[in-house]
Amino acid sequence: MAVENGVENVTRWTRKDLLSIEELSREEIELVLKTAESFKEVSAREVKKVPALRGKTIANLFFEPSTRTRTSFEVAAKRLSADTINFSSSGSSTSKGESLSDTAKNIEAMHVDTIVMRHSSSGAAVHLARSIKAGVINAGDGIHEHPTQGLLDIFTMKERKHKIEGLKVCLIGDILHSRVARSNIWGLKKLGAKVTVCGPPTLIPPGIERLGVEVSYDLDKVIEHQDVLNILRIQLERQRGAFFPSIREYAAEYGLSKERMKRAKKDVIIMHPGPINRGVELAAEVADGPQSVILDQVTNGVAVRMAVLFHTTMVER
Amino acid sequence: MKTVLVKGGRVVDPKNKLDGVMDVLIEGDRIKKVAPQIAVKADAEMNAKGKVVTPGLIDIHVHFRQPGFEYKETVETGLRAAAKGGFTGVCPMPNTSPVSDRRSDMEFLVGEAKRLSMGRVWPVGAVTLKQEGKELTEFGELKKGGAVALSDDGRPISDSNILRRALEYSRKFDLVLMVHCQDEELFCNGCMNEGFVSTQLGLPGIPVEAESVEVARDIQLADLTGGRLHFCHISSKKSLELIRQAKAQGSRVTAETCPHYFHLTDEAVLNYNTYAKMNPPLRTQADVEAIKRALKDGTLDAISTDHAPHSESEKDSEFDKAPFGIIGLETSLALSLKLVEEGVLTWPDLVRKMSLAPAGIIGIDRGHLSEGAWADVTVIDPAAEWAVDREKFESKSRNSPFLGWKMKGRATDVFCEGRHVLRNGEFPKGSS
Repeated sequence: MAVENGVENVTRWTRKDLLSIEELSREEIELVLKTAESFKEVSAREVKKVPALRGKTIANLFFEPSTRTRTSFEVAAKRLSADTINFSSSGSSTSKGESLSDTAKNIEAMHVDTIVMRHSSSGAAVHLARSIKAGVINAGDGIHEHPTQGLLDIFTMKERKHKIEGLKVCLIGDILHSRVARSNIWGLKKLGAKVTVCGPPTLIPPGIERLGVEVSYDLDKVIEHQDVLNILRIQLERQRGAFFPSIREYAAEYGLSKERMKRAKKDVIIMHPGPINRGVELAAEVADGPQSVILDQVTNGVAVRMAVLFHTTMVER
Repeated sequence: MKTVLVKGGRVVDPKNKLDGVMDVLIEGDRIKKVAPQIAVKADAEMNAKGKVVTPGLIDIHVHFRQPGFEYKETVETGLRAAAKGGFTGVCPMPNTSPVSDRRSDMEFLVGEAKRLSMGRVWPVGAVTLKQEGKELTEFGELKKGGAVALSDDGRPISDSNILRRALEYSRKFDLVLMVHCQDEELFCNGCMNEGFVSTQLGLPGIPVEAESVEVARDIQLADLTGGRLHFCHISSKKSLELIRQAKAQGSRVTAETCPHYFHLTDEAVLNYNTYAKMNPPLRTQADVEAIKRALKDGTLDAISTDHAPHSESEKDSEFDKAPFGIIGLETSLALSLKLVEEGVLTWPDLVRKMSLAPAGIIGIDRGHLSEGAWADVTVIDPAAEWAVDREKFESKSRNSPFLGWKMKGRATDVFCEGRHVLRNGEFPKGSS
């Protein structure tokens, strides 16, 4: 909800899909965050369940292995009393050459209300939403976006820092191949944060500064100004594309070590979407240290996904 | 012999420097006479008042998918699309299944066209066996079967020595080599132009240099060998600068572009539109402007379509998994006419780039209305307004990024070697 001139504008959610943060307005982002706040309390109760989505069916359609995101969505759906079904690519008909829209239409024919999809192709969620009437939530599409991760990151930053406007956030690592980075950038910029992306020149995508971010190749130069360090997972298989010569050199230049942390603000918070390569992008002591909010991100992920499932599934179709 | 008189149209024939209201007399399969007011009693007369009469349009870069991918297009549906678009002859590329790399493959295509009795097919044979870039095909045999050019289009010839030998050897047969410039390593797994839009969409990008570094290499190889080299579907400013310089220095090279490269930018891909996915990819506004400039100053000799049909289910997929390519035969003329409207090209320029120059590149004596020439004639209504409708393609496929576009100008009548194959925008009853 946006407050302008002291008058509260009630934002109504009108989307059956959540495909990207790019498509959301500032008000829509704020609405999800507010709803997530109230759902967060549900998970702390003795009886962790509300009947908000009773009688609704949510399908998890995962074409890429992902334990944490799938589990987080499943827990979120169950806490809202929805029925959940899981499809994963191995053993499903896609391995027999069925097209994505055919697979989805089959699931939809079982009267599923909302499909949560993880897919290795950028734009797969947009494509799916065009082909079916059920709602689609993008749980990560290629290197495009991972909107619920972006929202839970912002939720966690807001929880810790009490504001997003003016907050200095640095995304560190493989920006080129990161859907988390793109979702963070869109959301943070819409809410007025100052965003820096920092990584080796080979892993900074062309034209990224046009999204309103600062670009740096030197972590030591930018670390001291930041309120939030959001560390991206380095995908070890990327080494084959000649993006960087060795894990060792990557860790030396961009890894968040105890030593490097000395240059950071005392109250900086450390985030990571997981799973962590300990000793590569993040030293074990830092990951487990007092500034780390990595497990809060996991907890908040459930609340944010409850909010997203609630709004998209309950929208008038 | 049967005579047809096309009366009172504006005849545009750049070879004979004609641009004025004239009559065209066709006798049998040949042009008998072009003059103001021909007073003969012909067997058939056609009133072309208000229309533009040109030598038959020629598209030297199409994919007809036969043999192997008949569900996308066949010689028959491809030739119908060609005629509808005003073309009297086309050059199908050899990336069929199996690859068209033998004399019999050329003879099949020529024979199909003959059987169908619509437009002409001048096939392009593969440069290397199976288009694998390793062993040369038999250029002499291919030519005897009807090949007018050689190309591994769709795939680059990465081995510089193979391309060198092909260019040298082609001199014996005076066959042009049509090259698809693409550095495989820079291309990598790209599926759209590399730039801000690819960053936004999270799609692997193809840098302009994947095209231009091969253009630079190929110019050097043309100079080294003296072979005739033609650049297919040039998409970028950088490549054009190299080609312009090469031509100024006397290199034996020619070049084509396609209408999508002077009408669309990579922003057409936004929302993951697979109908805007082709190779080379759509570039930026600066490239669009550079292509228009190069068409105007002659750096680009010809407009082709790279007509690349794909089925709906192939294009209805995740963007990175969809095949490259769009259809173009039925929209090319109207899209190119927009350049005349914008003042980029004159009518004679347009006819040169869509008829005379393409004929010259493949070395055939067509693209003009001289007395005794083949009676390939296209009659265009420049004022006809129409919209691109997915239900109205003659092509088997519908993968056009121009669906819904408002167009002005279209071919109403097409004569191929004297046969009236398109009549008032329709195929005469009984034609295939």
